[in-house]
Amino acid sequence: MPAPEPPANGYTRRDSVVLGFFALAAAAMSTGCATDKLALDEFVQKHFKDLSGDELKDRLAQMEKRYSEEYGKSVKVSATPPLPGVLFGYALDLSRCIGCRRCVYGCVEENNLSRDPQTHWITVLEMDKETGVDLRHADAYYDHETVPHPGKFYMPVACQHCENPPCVKVCPVQATWKEPDGIVVIDDDWGIGCRRCLAACPYGARRFNWGKPSIPPDELNPNTEYLGNRPRQRGVVEKCSFCLQRTRKGLYPKCVEVCPVGARKFGNLLDPDSEIRYIIENKRVFILKDELNTQPKFFYYYGL
Amino acid sequence: MSFVRKAGNFVTGTARMAFLGGNRVYYAWLLLLAVCITQALFAYAHQFERGLISTNMRDSVSWGFYIGNFTFLVGVAAAAVLLVIPAYVYNWKPIKEVVLFGEMLAVAAIVMCLLFVLVDMGRPDRFWHLIPGIGHMHLPSSIMAWDSVVLNIYLVINLSVASYLVYCAYYRIQYDRRIVVPLVILSIPMAISIHTVTAFLYNGMASRPYWNSAILAPRFIFSAFCSGPALLLILFQILRKVSAFEIKDEAIHKIAELMAYAMGFNLFLFGAEIFKEYYSNTHHLVYYQYLFRGLHGTASPIALYAWTSIAFSIISFFLFLIPKTRRMPLTMNIGAVMIYLSVYIEKGIALIIPGFTPDTLGQVYQYVPSAIELRVAAGVFGVGFLLFTLMVKVSVSILFERGNQTVHA
Repeated sequence: MPAPEPPANGYTRRDSVVLGFFALAAAAMSTGCATDKLALDEFVQKHFKDLSGDELKDRLAQMEKRYSEEYGKSVKVSATPPLPGVLFGYALDLSRCIGCRRCVYGCVEENNLSRDPQTHWITVLEMDKETGVDLRHADAYYDHETVPHPGKFYMPVACQHCENPPCVKVCPVQATWKEPDGIVVIDDDWGIGCRRCLAACPYGARRFNWGKPSIPPDELNPNTEYLGNRPRQRGVVEKCSFCLQRTRKGLYPKCVEVCPVGARKFGNLLDPDSEIRYIIENKRVFILKDELNTQPKFFYYYGL
Repeated sequence: MSFVRKAGNFVTGTARMAFLGGNRVYYAWLLLLAVCITQALFAYAHQFERGLISTNMRDSVSWGFYIGNFTFLVGVAAAAVLLVIPAYVYNWKPIKEVVLFGEMLAVAAIVMCLLFVLVDMGRPDRFWHLIPGIGHMHLPSSIMAWDSVVLNIYLVINLSVASYLVYCAYYRIQYDRRIVVPLVILSIPMAISIHTVTAFLYNGMASRPYWNSAILAPRFIFSAFCSGPALLLILFQILRKVSAFEIKDEAIHKIAELMAYAMGFNLFLFGAEIFKEYYSNTHHLVYYQYLFRGLHGTASPIALYAWTSIAFSIISFFLFLIPKTRRMPLTMNIGAVMIYLSVYIEKGIALIIPGFTPDTLGQVYQYVPSAIELRVAAGVFGVGFLLFTLMVKVSVSILFERGNQTVHA
């Protein structure tokens, strides 16, 4: 006997599939938890890179309105593009760092990191002078009355803004990418929370929002960036952005500014007269996990 | 009769077969699964409301029980191929009928895989970002994007073949070999690829030395070839007892024999890995030390499982290798349960957790799943078992209890 004939209704065009999908989603949203138009807009929003100039403007205005209402003060959200001819690099003097963690908390304030649950982008590792840089014996949870502790030295680690970033390669939806100025960014509105990038990062630099991030309104830094320090959401990954809200306007990252011993240096790798170039060319520099070929733009060095 | 009418009758007819005409044990089983699923819905609602903070995963160990189960079930799904190869490639008769059950097992397993990924997502509402065309799938560079492609194709293939075969049997028409055979042949490389791609998900990462091994994919394949058939062995014996399902001892023993070879290769590959790590004795040994013992003087919560898994693998290997114990129902069943548990531990616990412990900065976080994770996982298994149970019930009714069939319209 012959096989049953195929369905008679034939093929559906992709356009109508997309439309139908969103209509379904819209119906689900309107009957479910969120009925407001804003939530629907956020659900069907585009990838950052697919936004046209006008759409981006609308998104920014929408975000400003929402954050301003939520925090009861005027919040600015910009999307400052990378500066031409700039490739950012960072250097950290291990012989100066005293492990005070001022950088950690300066970063929390500047970048609107969640206070509860507490999120840090910078991890300061305490290690033995005897063994040198040895992650197996590193302690990120040291708790002394005073620092530096005898016999110990300190190694702050944050995103290394790799030239060859494993986190970008593995993301299934391109929610994270490298900008022309070398900064690895995350679109908080696009990530699906699979934490693939967390697994791929050799530097433990990425943070996941396991719970809902919270910031007391009076502590919110209102000068924010779309791909940087705007308030973040639950269920998405975040990380250091070299303070692009500052550095793309010619300022130093907050951690550089607050370091009491001048252990942190920052600048344009393409400028031969920059301090960062001087350090790389004249000091004893090393790259963390050099063997993985991630090519960080974060250079540890011994200045003394 | 039009196709639409026929399809409609097929759906209502099979639904009746699935839910009617069972015995008391059958309904008790369905009830148990329903309870399992219901409690999981409450647990998931809690997780959805509060976020993944209600699991015990943290930045150090950012994947846990959910992804472990996902990995194990990809193996179960892939294992259908072990039965498909001899049946179709060598046209080996005794196993041919049971291929259908392998395919249905694959369907149920893939559905569980997809559910485990869904419950592990921080933003499940954004799953559509993964759909090609409307989302932003990162091909060819993201292995996870590839994984979602191959898993879904594999699901579609197995679902099509299984439902087409059952549909034809329902109307007592001869299935079209020109449709079935190419799809079944295609499902063989697809089965290999879902497990290989899943292994590549882990071993492509230089950041995690524990996974960064070239034999991870072959190890995945051989452990899968043990665990999937182990499940089917038990199932076939149950079906043979409680229904008109017929399967020869010969076929059962053949499956057990194939499992012995698979377990042999699995143990060999594991031994090769262990040798490399312990003999070269580099810093990378630390993950195995965590797995088998613990670090910095603190016992690892997973060491007991790791040792149990190894012991079960070795014992069951010999139970299946020796023809006498392979053919004796008692020892064969003990062996099948042991294989299933050993692979479950190996993939579900011993693969994922030591990959993250210690983390990339050397910190040790002792991960054990939270009650929410256990409850949600139980519910996902409940959904898979329910699906599989209903599919098996329908096919057994159609294929082996034709005489009782009254729904034929």
